[in-house]
Amino acid sequence: MARRTASPLLSTARYLALAAYLAFALFPLYWLVKIAITPDQLIFTEGTRLFPSETSFGNFAKVITQTDFLAYFGNSLIVSLGTAGVTTLIAAGAGYAFSRFDFAGKRVLVGIMLVTQMFPLLMVIAPIYKMVAALGMLNSLTSLIVVYTAFNIPFATFLMQSFFDGIPRDLEEAAMIDGCTRFQALRRIIVPLTLPGLGATLGFVFTAAWSELLFALMLINSNDAMTFPVGLLTFVSKFSVDWGQMMAAGVLALVPSCLFFLFIQRYLVQGLTSGAVKG
Amino acid sequence: MSASARRVPGETRARPNFIWRHLIEPYLYISPALVLIALVMVVPLVIGLSYAFQSVVLLRPSAGGWVGLANFAQLWGDARFWRALNNTFWWTFGSLVFQFAFGLGLALLLNTQFAGKRLVQALVFLPWAVPTFLTALTWSWLFNPVIGPLPHWLAALGILSEPFNILGDPALAMWGPITANVWFGIPFFAITLLAALQSIPGELYEAAEIDGATPWQAFVKITLPFLAPMIAITVMLRTIWIANFADLIFVMTGGGPANSTQILSSYIFTTAFRKLDFGYASALAIALLSLLLAYAVVLLALRRRFVRI
Repeated sequence: MARRTASPLLSTARYLALAAYLAFALFPLYWLVKIAITPDQLIFTEGTRLFPSETSFGNFAKVITQTDFLAYFGNSLIVSLGTAGVTTLIAAGAGYAFSRFDFAGKRVLVGIMLVTQMFPLLMVIAPIYKMVAALGMLNSLTSLIVVYTAFNIPFATFLMQSFFDGIPRDLEEAAMIDGCTRFQALRRIIVPLTLPGLGATLGFVFTAAWSELLFALMLINSNDAMTFPVGLLTFVSKFSVDWGQMMAAGVLALVPSCLFFLFIQRYLVQGLTSGAVKG
Repeated sequence: MSASARRVPGETRARPNFIWRHLIEPYLYISPALVLIALVMVVPLVIGLSYAFQSVVLLRPSAGGWVGLANFAQLWGDARFWRALNNTFWWTFGSLVFQFAFGLGLALLLNTQFAGKRLVQALVFLPWAVPTFLTALTWSWLFNPVIGPLPHWLAALGILSEPFNILGDPALAMWGPITANVWFGIPFFAITLLAALQSIPGELYEAAEIDGATPWQAFVKITLPFLAPMIAITVMLRTIWIANFADLIFVMTGGGPANSTQILSSYIFTTAFRKLDFGYASALAIALLSLLLAYAVVLLALRRRFVRI
C-alpha cells in the first residue's frame, strides 16, 4: 500500500529506523545463541564480547544426551499440538456461529468471553488445582491440554470470527440455495477459504501453550510429565545453573514456536485486517 | 439440518427455521466452547471468589471456615499490598507506553513498500514468539554485571557510573522486567495496528494529497481516527494482560530486591504458593480484578465518547 513516492531522505530515515529496531529485536536472541555455542570455560571470561573466540556445540550434545530435555521437549510438543488442534477446532465452531448467526444471548456470551480475559489467572489456579487433584489427574498431560484449551478459546474465537467475517456470506448462501446442506457448504467452500485463518489460530495457540509456565508448574510435579518451561526452571536448582546447557536448551525451546510463528505471522495480519477492525 | 437442505430456490425461510437458526443451530457450534469455559474458568472463578471470604491455608485444613471480610481488613492494613499496588501501576504503564509507542512506530514503518519487507516483517515480530521464561532468562543474563554486556555498555556510554547490577538496585530494578516486557510486547501492537492501517482506503490519502494536506495533517486527520477503535481495544486488553502478567518478574527478580519489583500479581503468587494462604491471595486477586474492571469501564466509556467509528 505505497501511498506516495517518498523523498530519498525520508526513505533513508525509514530504513535506518527499521534497521535500529531490527537490531533491538534480534540482539537478545543472538545473545542467547551466542552463549549456547560458547565453550563452557569461556562463557564467563568472554561475557561481554560480541563474538565468542571459539564455538562449540558441546552444550547441545550434553543437553540432548545427559538431561531429560528431549523428554520435556516431547511432552511440550504433545501438549502444544494437542491444545492447538482442539482449541482451533472448537474456536472455529464458536467463531463461525458468532460470525454468521444472530442469536439469543449473543451479546452476553461475547461479554463473558471478554471478562475471562480480565481476571487474574491466580484467582482460578487454586480451585483448578483442587479440581484436577480431586479427579486424580495431576501430572497428566491431558489435564494440561484441557486447561490450556479453555484459556485459549476466547481469544482464538475472536480471531476465527474475524477470519469468517472476512468471507462473504453470499458464498455459502449460494451453495445452500444450490442444494448443499450447511455442513456441505462449510466443508466445500468455507473451510478451504479459511485455511490461512485456521493456520494462524493454530500457530497462535501453539506458541501460547508452548511457553505457558504457571499451570504447568502447578499441575505437573513428576519428572516424566514435565514440560519444557518447567524443566528449564528446575535447571536452575537441579543442575546448579549450568548456564551453557541452560541456554542451549533455551535455543532448542525456541525452534518450534519460531517456526510456527514465522509461518503464521503473514496470515495474522491478513486475518485481523479482514474482520477485527470493523468490529 | 435436512429441513434447511430441502429448501427450494427462492423459497422464503419458514417459521420452524427461525427457532432452528436463532436458538439451536448457533448453540450447536458454540456449545463445546461454552462447556469448557464454564467448567475450567467460570466454576473455578466462583470458587476462587468465595476463598476471599474464607480462611483457606493449604496444609492446614483446620484453618477452614468463613471469616467474612477479615481478609480484606488484613489487606487494608498491609503495607506490602499498597507497595505492590504502586509497583503495579509503574510496571503496567511503564511497559504499556513504550510498547505502544514503538509498536505504532513499527506498524507505520511496515505499512510501506520496500525491498525485503516480508523477511523484515517476519523477523521484527519474532520476540512475540519467544517463550516468556526464555525472555526472562535471556534478559537477566544481559543485565548481569559480571557476565552480561548491558551494564558495561551503559557504563561506557556514561549512563551508569559503573557496571553495577540494575536488577539488584531497589531504585532501578523495575526497569529490568519493563525492558524485557517492552521487547516482548512491541510486536503485538505492531501486528494489530499494522492490520488496522492496511484496512484504511488508500483513496483517502490520495484525496488529501490533492487537497494539499501535509503528511502530518494526513496522519492526524485520517490515520489516527481510523486507528482509534483498534487503539482503544488493544490498549485496554494489553493493560489488563500486563497488569496480570507476573512471569517476567517472577523469573527475573522474584519481586525483589526488598519488594521493589513486587507487583500485585506476583504478590498474589507468592502468597498463594509460598505461604499457601489461598484465602488472602484471593482477597488480593479480587482487589486487582476490581481495579481492572473499573479501568475497563472508564476506558470503554471514553471510547464511546471519543471514537466515532
